[in-house]
Amino acid sequence: MTAKVVTITSGKGGVGKTTAVANIAVALASRGQKVVCIDGDIGLRNLDVVMGLENRIVYDLVDVVEGRCRLRQAMIHDKRLPELYLIPAAQTRDKSAVSPSDMVRLCDELRPECDWILIDSPAGIERGFRNAIAPADKVLVMTNPEVSAVRDADRVVGLLDAEEKGPASLIINRLNPAMVKRGDMLSVEDVLDLLAIELIGIVPEDENVLVASNRGTPLALDGKSRAGQAFQNIARRLMGESVPFLDLETHNLLQRIFAGRK
Amino acid sequence: MSATSAPIQIKGLRDGLLVTLGDGSWAELQDLLLRRIDEQPTFFQGARLVLDVGAHALRVAELSSLRDLLSERGLGLWAVLSESPLTEQTAQNLGLATRLSKPHPEEPRPLELPPENMALWVKQTVRSGMRIEFPGPVVVFGDVNPGGEVIAGGSVIVWGRLRGVVHAGAAGDEQAVVCALELAPTQLRIAGEIAVSPKKKGEVGPEVARLKDGRLVAEPWQ
Ligand SMILES: Nc1ncnc2c1ncn2[C@@H]1O[C@H](COP(=O)(O)OP(=O)(O)OP(=O)(O)O)[C@@H](O)[C@H]1O
Ligand SMILES: [Mg+2]
Repeated sequence: MTAKVVTITSGKGGVGKTTAVANIAVALASRGQKVVCIDGDIGLRNLDVVMGLENRIVYDLVDVVEGRCRLRQAMIHDKRLPELYLIPAAQTRDKSAVSPSDMVRLCDELRPECDWILIDSPAGIERGFRNAIAPADKVLVMTNPEVSAVRDADRVVGLLDAEEKGPASLIINRLNPAMVKRGDMLSVEDVLDLLAIELIGIVPEDENVLVASNRGTPLALDGKSRAGQAFQNIARRLMGESVPFLDLETHNLLQRIFAGRK
Repeated sequence: MSATSAPIQIKGLRDGLLVTLGDGSWAELQDLLLRRIDEQPTFFQGARLVLDVGAHALRVAELSSLRDLLSERGLGLWAVLSESPLTEQTAQNLGLATRLSKPHPEEPRPLELPPENMALWVKQTVRSGMRIEFPGPVVVFGDVNPGGEVIAGGSVIVWGRLRGVVHAGAAGDEQAVVCALELAPTQLRIAGEIAVSPKKKGEVGPEVARLKDGRLVAEPWQ
């Protein structure tokens, strides 16, 4: 096995990176892949909460880097999926506790043991961001379909090119088709038109995302959820499958039947 | 396929060794070179290398890792000669010389151009947060996105969509113009005049903006 290292980042905060890492990891693991997630958001850890593993933390990323434990000891095993692990961030330390070359070394040590290493990056352009992208083979930039988030995403895309980490791929999260239709939200085309990078996922706005995160059970395993399905599709595209994008205009079967009757 | 040239040729120079690498995969050439060095360590010990890589296009990662491998063996990489502009750029970024110091006597003299003919060529989209500043004209082969800025002493040509901020004739040149395939800037300035793009209806096509009687006007670019 030689893992591919995928980092999820954004320009603006709060666009859904942590949610995406948890869900894509679960989706990959549910397809028989061995996955290790790394929470790169040191000082603000929350991937463990979203994955429901908070109460199992003994060692964290900084403990590994500073040699207080072996890598294996910091890998928390998921409750449900046998091939899914999390290396949590330290809650109490600041970002300078880890350097980009620490991250590269850590990932190189992990690579032979799994298929995917997913890194949750902090937003923006400071040190934590450079740590998270340093070991990446592929960077996914996430944005919401709103003007300020897209503009910040544009900036990060430029930085990634400059660091020779491009071309990045794009995930558009929290798309609300009804609002797009009314002209109150940027459409997928508007966003792509500006950023001009490859699209790897469109995730609809879905309140179950929040419910699932609070429960610590990512909804990628819920076959009925549209957002869950969107995360599954991203996992499949990462694995090299070509999967058509969800048609978010036709919300559900019922709506289509009613529309047909008119 | 030509079998005439060996993949690696080594020649003594007055103050170093000239290593010429032929065709083939970069990884193989690098391995071959390192093996040659490891076989004759005393010959190479402490030498300064000039690497002629021909047309190989090398990125920072490749060149810097070779440099590291050489320095582990006690060899300094001094200069990299290449026909590839990418490699030249990479070498310059790494602080390596890209030509041998002795200039050729019969080298043709470069064409002397007045400074206003020297434009900056920007071969990428100017994304949010990027700012390009240049005393002469600027040509952008890509878009200028919202949040991106181009400030030029001369004219600005955007072979793409202009949606960010452009200031042409920034030092006061009122003859400067701004052309774009799609002219929809957040803000446009020529010399001292400022204009904010009006909402456009439908497809307009390429336009050029210039100062006419002290006012900024946009016309079809023909
Ligand atoms: N598709 C979605 N539909 C509805 N809510 C969502 C969706 N994606 C994320 N959210 C919600 O948005 C909030 C922010 O998500 P998340 O913490 O994953 O963002 P982040 O990018 O990791 O933030 P930060 O930059 O602070 O690390 C959470 O409350 C999450 O539940
Ligand atoms: Mg987060």
